[in-house]
Amino acid sequence: MKKNQLSKKALEYNRLVQAQVPKPPVFLNCCKAFLVGGLICAFAQVVQFCFIYFFDFSKTNAANPTGAVMIILAIILTCMGVYDKISQWAGAGSAVPITGFANGMASAALEYRSEGFVLGVGGNMFKVAGPVIVFGVVAAFVVAIIRYIILAFIA
Amino acid sequence: MMLENVYQVLIAFVVGGLICVAGQILMDKAKLTPAHTMCLFVVIGTVLGGFGIYDKFVEFAGTGASIPIISFGNSLVKGAILEGDSVGLIGIITGIFEITSAGISAALIFSFLAALFCRPKG
Repeated sequence: MKKNQLSKKALEYNRLVQAQVPKPPVFLNCCKAFLVGGLICAFAQVVQFCFIYFFDFSKTNAANPTGAVMIILAIILTCMGVYDKISQWAGAGSAVPITGFANGMASAALEYRSEGFVLGVGGNMFKVAGPVIVFGVVAAFVVAIIRYIILAFIA
Repeated sequence: MMLENVYQVLIAFVVGGLICVAGQILMDKAKLTPAHTMCLFVVIGTVLGGFGIYDKFVEFAGTGASIPIISFGNSLVKGAILEGDSVGLIGIITGIFEITSAGISAALIFSFLAALFCRPKG
C-alpha cells in the first residue's frame, strides 16, 4: 500500500518534471533541417551535372562519383570542425544525407585518435556508422531472399 | 536545357529537404535517437528498393533521393538482387556491397587519412 502511494507520488513528480522540460521547437527544427538538407542535395545535384557535362558520365553512372565527392567534402569539413557546427544547427538536415554518415566515421576516427591507431581509430571508426551498415545489410539480405523465394515460386 | 537543369536542382532541394524534415520529426516527436532514425531510414530504403520503387523515385528527384541515407539501403538491396539474379542464391551474399563499396571505401579511407593528419577540433 505504502509502496503504491510512493509510486503514485513518483508518477506525479514525473508529470511535473515532464511539464517543465522545454519542448523542442519542432517547427523551427524542421525548417532548419529542410534548408540544410535541401541545400546539401541541391549542391550534390550540381556536382552530378558537372560529372555528366565535363567528365562524360551517363546519368545513372554519375550517382556513384557524386556520392564519393560528397563524402570526401564532408570529411574535409569535419577535419576543419565546420561540419559539427552545421550539424548542431541543422539536426537531421545534416545527419540524413550521406554526408552525415561520412561525418560520423570521420569524427569518430578523429576523436579516438588519442587511444592509438589500432584500438582507437580502427576500433571505433564504425561506432556511429556501424549500426547503419549492420541494419542495412541484414535488411537487404532478408528482402533479397524473400524476393528470390517469391520469384522461385512464380517461375 | 539550362532551365531543365535549374528545375532538377530545385526538385533535389525540395525532395532532399522533405526527407530531412521527416527525419527531424522522427527525432523530435517520436524521440528516436539519430542512430535509430538512420537505421529506420536504411531499412525503409531496402524495402522500397526490393519493390523497385526507389529507383523510379531517384529518376524523378535525382540527388534529392540518392544523397539521403535511404538510398544506401536501396543500393545494398539492388546490388544483392542484381548479383542474385545472375549468379544465383550465393550472389545475394557477394553482391550486397557491389554498388555501395565506393561510398564505404571512400568514407573509410579518407576518415583514416583524416585521423592521420588532423587533430580533433571543437
